[in-house]
Amino acid sequence: MIGKRKVAAAVVFLVALHLTIFLAGFVAPYQPASQNRDFPYVPPTHLHLMDAQRHFHLHPFIYQTVARPDALYEYMEDREREYPIHLFVPGVEYKMAGRWRLHTHLFGVDAPGQIFLAGTDNYGRDQFSRILYGGQISLAAGLVAAAISLFLGLCVGCISGFYAGWIDESAMRLAELFLVLPWLYVLLGVRAFLPLHLSPAQTFLVLVAVIGTIGWARPARLVRGIVLSAKSRKYVTASRGFGASDAYILRRHVLPHTYGTLLTQAAVLVPQYVIAEVTLSFFGLGLSEPMPSWGNLLANLQQYNVLVSYWWMFAPAFALVLVSLGYLAVANAFHQQLQSGSI
Amino acid sequence: MLFTSSYNLAQSDIQAPRIANMPRLGYVALLLLASVVCCAASEPQPVQHGEEVQITDNAVGHYGGVLTVGQRSEPKTLNPATAGDAPSREVIGRLTADLIHINRGSQQTEPGLAKSWTLSKDGRVFTVNLRHGLRFSDGQPFDADDVVFSFKVYLDENLHSPQRDLLVVGGKPIMVQKINPYTVRFTLAAPYAAAERIFDSLAMMPRHLLEKSYQEGKFAQTWTLNTPPAEIAGMGPFRLKEYVPGQKIALERNPYFWKADRNQNRLPYLDELVFLFVGNEDAQVLRFQAGDTDIISRLGAENYALLSKDASNRGIELFDLGPSLEYNFLVFNLNDLTSKHLGEISVKQAWFRDLKFRQAVSSAIDRKGIVKLVYAGRGAALWGNVSPGNKFWVDQALPHPPRSIDHTRDLLRSAGFSWKGDQLVDPQGHSVEFSIITSTSNAQRLKMATIIQDDLSKLGMNVHIVPLEFRAVIDRVFQTYDYEASIMALGGGDADPNPEMNVWLSSGGTHLWQLGETKPATDWEARIDDLMQKQMVQLNYKERKHLYDQVQEIIAANVPYVFLATPNILVGAKKNLASFKPAILEPTTLWNVDELYYLSGNHSSSGASPGAKP
Repeated sequence: MIGKRKVAAAVVFLVALHLTIFLAGFVAPYQPASQNRDFPYVPPTHLHLMDAQRHFHLHPFIYQTVARPDALYEYMEDREREYPIHLFVPGVEYKMAGRWRLHTHLFGVDAPGQIFLAGTDNYGRDQFSRILYGGQISLAAGLVAAAISLFLGLCVGCISGFYAGWIDESAMRLAELFLVLPWLYVLLGVRAFLPLHLSPAQTFLVLVAVIGTIGWARPARLVRGIVLSAKSRKYVTASRGFGASDAYILRRHVLPHTYGTLLTQAAVLVPQYVIAEVTLSFFGLGLSEPMPSWGNLLANLQQYNVLVSYWWMFAPAFALVLVSLGYLAVANAFHQQLQSGSI
Repeated sequence: MLFTSSYNLAQSDIQAPRIANMPRLGYVALLLLASVVCCAASEPQPVQHGEEVQITDNAVGHYGGVLTVGQRSEPKTLNPATAGDAPSREVIGRLTADLIHINRGSQQTEPGLAKSWTLSKDGRVFTVNLRHGLRFSDGQPFDADDVVFSFKVYLDENLHSPQRDLLVVGGKPIMVQKINPYTVRFTLAAPYAAAERIFDSLAMMPRHLLEKSYQEGKFAQTWTLNTPPAEIAGMGPFRLKEYVPGQKIALERNPYFWKADRNQNRLPYLDELVFLFVGNEDAQVLRFQAGDTDIISRLGAENYALLSKDASNRGIELFDLGPSLEYNFLVFNLNDLTSKHLGEISVKQAWFRDLKFRQAVSSAIDRKGIVKLVYAGRGAALWGNVSPGNKFWVDQALPHPPRSIDHTRDLLRSAGFSWKGDQLVDPQGHSVEFSIITSTSNAQRLKMATIIQDDLSKLGMNVHIVPLEFRAVIDRVFQTYDYEASIMALGGGDADPNPEMNVWLSSGGTHLWQLGETKPATDWEARIDDLMQKQMVQLNYKERKHLYDQVQEIIAANVPYVFLATPNILVGAKKNLASFKPAILEPTTLWNVDELYYLSGNHSSSGASPGAKP
């Protein structure tokens, strides 16, 4: 029972996180690339309930940020006017799921007030909006790459476990080769061979394909083990005796055994691949400006002065940690369920 | 390991022939003797009778101390005639001296190894009188033979010295002639404005050490980093002490340096000058903050702000010297691509060649935003090629049109462009879309590209940024022409217009927007050619300025480059370093290293010996 509840909690958390990121256009108050050149490196906006006269407000509000005239990139609150935070406000147009043009945002403040929940970057772009939009790229990269890996792994694992012999031998030796490759250097190497001049969409696809293709070996080995044990079961022999084809046996009797492992693998691989994308983008080999991804958001921290001066630039790392922990909790829960035999 | 072994190999290569000719024991004894002489000789020698030292009017300091500075990368060579990279030149500049020197502070020329010079009435014959009684850092005398030898090396076509171009005036190399041991005559094929400035940074080399290798055709391989210090000598304030691969290069006082203070104390005051190979700017900031280095030059504005937060606690002082001479610009590829297979770029060149398109791009760019976001306010917006930091040559009348999106749209409309939704399309219906290449090693130019991308997107132009490795950018811009637009920077060497000839003459090697023109492609380029040639032979400053002003106006009106901004020169130094007078000309901080000294009692650097008077 406890295991089930754990799975449910972790899954709900992950689904909520993914939904938020999927609905980035709605949740984010601003466009990720829109610059506010008067507000570079603004710290996160404070939410207030108590105003300057010490009056309590039920409705949370903010004060507009203004630059200090005497110092570089230093700001203060303008206490003259309160900007209450409204829900479902009209704002800049965005596209939902690449199709519907919408204007409504989850929250916002009246112009000329601006709300920067996670501060701004060097160009005055809202870091919160960028993290959400960047999450779309990073998470999608993780999910698609994991799907590629699992699909390849499943195919190779099934064939290799089911047919054994030289096919198995050669596939597994190849898998070992892939397992010992230091993936980061392989990624860097592969990226270096590709033309540098790629459109953002192409870059994204190439990244995902490369990351996914490199990672097939581990799921393949796991699937092979399961297939090996499944195909020696008595009901498989019986089925074969009734004249069942290989394809039927695989589909009907063998594959169902692999699902639990595949799910667990997926939960382990997705965060791993999200981090792979982040790493590549961090090194400047992923998407280029102005498209955000968690990797190129974090790349700002390569500058020493940003690293020591603007703590909110670490925010994408926090999002990355949340996603990784969420997935690992699910993987763990799946694993426990698998051990107790209920998946 | 790799480093050490290759180092030993190279060293033994060089020494092998000498060892073979000498009994081994004798060689060791000689080495010992040399090292004893060396140590003793590092103390400043008293000024001799008849030695024409230059007396500086600077504050009188005292001896002692080690000055440590960080370098981005290791120098490649110590050979003055082959060094092209900045770290090498920075070190060589401290080991050597020139005949006539540009004072970085005043930006005017002053006597160096030459105590005086005269120019003939036709502006073609230059007679230089050398100081008497000077000696190289190994104690050997310096005279006209060394000068003639040095120029012979620089002018040698087979050596491809980077200085050679400067010494070819009116299409012919300068003629150098020894009149007597202390007088040299230079004959130019054509009069040359500010001719004395070309002598700056031309290191005078010791004939007694280098002539043999030159005659054997091995000159390019001499004076590498592995050459033993005893075989390198110059006229600079310091001489080579030690090179540790991957770590540092240490220089010690030249005991025979030809400058002295008012009290006849021979300069330099510092015992040693050490260049640490630190790495990028951030690494330099960390080392400077930690107190490992005493001076930091070429600081970025954000690091400047960071350091200034606790500057007084750390005992450092920071200097903002105002706009540098460097100009950053966006350049469109206008090269002739007929022989190249770059069809897609050729189509876009139709826009780039349209003056109104270039003007529109220029008018849409938020230069103030660039200064604010890229240089954190410590820079200046540019509308022409001469930075406001160049006070002698900037054309103050040059217009600074404010940014205007409406004006830009009018310009584009009048050039036949229109809008489909938000997207700008050309008269043939192609969407306006191009890419800007820029070097990954320069974060500031990447930021400029991001700002320009955003500015131009407001006009409906779709701009992609392609960060490339520095060499790849250079290769595309200079060789393959496989680019659409690029952000680059030029300038920063000298304040005078003459080093800019290469950029503005249509045949120039840095005429980036269209390289290799056999004749000027447009009327205005022909006019620039004419004006630049005229200013080069005009000896009167006012006349020259008038000519160069016209050049600046033509450039601004025709926008071959979209000028963006120039950074301020920002530097820092330990507070107890006296006589520190940074300047906007390179080398910004070390140009008067011979005059620097530590205020008494608090030498910050390790190894500083107590100040001893000679």
